[in-house]
Amino acid sequence: MSDLTRLTAAQAADALAAGETTSVALTQAALDRIAAVEGAVHAFLHVDAAGALEQAAASDARRAAGEPLHALDGVPIAVKDVLATDGLPTTCGSKILEGWVPPYDATVVAKLKAAGLPILGKTNMDEFAMGSSTEHSAYGPTYNPWDLTRIPGGSGGGSAAAVAAFEAPLALGTDTGGSIRQPGAVTGTVGVKPTYGGVSRYGLVAMANSLDQVGPVTRTVLDAALLHDLIGGHDPLDSTSIDQPLPDLVAAAREGAAGDLSGLKVGVITELSGDGYQAGVLARFQESVDLLVKAGAEVVEVSCPNFVHALATYYLIMPCEASSNLAKFDAMRYGLRVLPEGIDNPSAEDVMRASRDAGFGDEVKRRIILGTYALSSGYYDAYYGTAQKVRTLITRDFDAAFEQVDVLVSPTAPTTAFELGEKLDDPIAMYLNDLATIPANLAGVPGISLPSGLADEDGLPAGFQILAPALADDRLYRVGAALEAALEAQWGAPLLDKAPSLDGDSA
Amino acid sequence: MPEITRDEVAHLATLARIDLDDAELDHLAPQLSVILESVASISGVAGDDVPPTSHPVPLTNVFREDVVRPSLTPEQALSGAPASEQQRFAVPRILGDEQ
Repeated sequence: MSDLTRLTAAQAADALAAGETTSVALTQAALDRIAAVEGAVHAFLHVDAAGALEQAAASDARRAAGEPLHALDGVPIAVKDVLATDGLPTTCGSKILEGWVPPYDATVVAKLKAAGLPILGKTNMDEFAMGSSTEHSAYGPTYNPWDLTRIPGGSGGGSAAAVAAFEAPLALGTDTGGSIRQPGAVTGTVGVKPTYGGVSRYGLVAMANSLDQVGPVTRTVLDAALLHDLIGGHDPLDSTSIDQPLPDLVAAAREGAAGDLSGLKVGVITELSGDGYQAGVLARFQESVDLLVKAGAEVVEVSCPNFVHALATYYLIMPCEASSNLAKFDAMRYGLRVLPEGIDNPSAEDVMRASRDAGFGDEVKRRIILGTYALSSGYYDAYYGTAQKVRTLITRDFDAAFEQVDVLVSPTAPTTAFELGEKLDDPIAMYLNDLATIPANLAGVPGISLPSGLADEDGLPAGFQILAPALADDRLYRVGAALEAALEAQWGAPLLDKAPSLDGDSA
Repeated sequence: MPEITRDEVAHLATLARIDLDDAELDHLAPQLSVILESVASISGVAGDDVPPTSHPVPLTNVFREDVVRPSLTPEQALSGAPASEQQRFAVPRILGDEQ
């Protein structure tokens, strides 16, 4: 095998099972790639080379003894820095948690360890997952592997870039308003936001608990299904976890890859198109819709009239929840403690105020202040109360749409990757990136983004989003795998083969 | 919906326990006004008869069995503390001189 980093996770798992490679070889190849390209990409905040190799050696020993823990046992993975990892720093991209090492694992991380996946390190993100470009990381931005002058999306730009740059075959992300799917779209990778409650949030540092969801970040639809299957399911440590078995996601992906979608009804969402969408993104979207028709699906247009209010609803509900959640960073039990200047014998409150000023970045402060305002007496009904009602209307739009069709589709993000710095100090322009991904979070339904091709204007990846009813995550994989197969048949190779190699001759 | 003034932002920062300096207040206040203006579009969209949604999955009263289970040791719980003494979090004074 010439370059182990180019293997998909499914291929790596097969190679391990066939004895053609070892976990140590796979993990070392990923670490070598990280060493070669991290200077350009900056996808990681922390790389645990020694720990990953130790876990890989243990995996190889298990496999040699005929006792692998899981099909993915030995396949290395990267983890977004918002998930607690026992013994590894967890900063959430914030100065307020610099150097914090959690004394416990998030449930999804515990599941990775129990299945034997070596953890390569922690990936970069917008501070506390607040952003759509990873520029709000306190530790510097991540650069899009397709064009290093552009953003990799956010908040999970690190996970998406790590996978796109072949630094890891798999990564975990989290999606509150599109933080898995939008980075997937702009980096030419696959990202899934599962049904709310389908994957445990225990150990996920919350931004907005009624919206956050952990999910897979991969290069193929099948890899996403394998990882989703591993991390999903009921967790008694998360009171919002759904106590039902997952559908057979991997079987759905394999079935979909056979390419037959006859009997499937697809709805194109009227409101998620047109003004504000880049021409090249819309062209690739339409081609993908045509391929679904060719595969036997029936396509109709479906209106979800309240989706036009989704962005405003989200930017009220999310800051309200975020301002409450981030109150726990009080400089008392963990995290940064800063003593205010010029105050003798400062009180706990003085210390709290100074620490939160020093520890939080601009976007976090914006959202905390906004949430505090919207929750304050006199404004609560007008802002938070109203937003919660519109949330009901958006959920009803989904319910009505899914009475007519099996899945809904739209472009994932309105544009391809923009230049670093372009929208950094223009919050509204930044928020518009999540226009198409936010409705799913508000209603709790699952969504996938997969690459639809390169936009003609700039040669950068565009994303295709598929949404399904709550608990019907298997439909994402069936339709996603069918579209992926049809697109790759057209392209003759995976889209990422067209990405720059980043390290010149050594690729 | 009302515009948010610089003084209001200063007050909200106090409520949120964040020291914002003058430069930050000058920068944040107009941005927050723009954001509020753009989210104001949802007022009047939902009628009085629409129930609010706080959560996508309607679950209530999720309990676990009332049994002892493993938890963090005191050392683990204190491992990230800025300061600790005698297995406790050590914090700055919490009362003022007049209290």
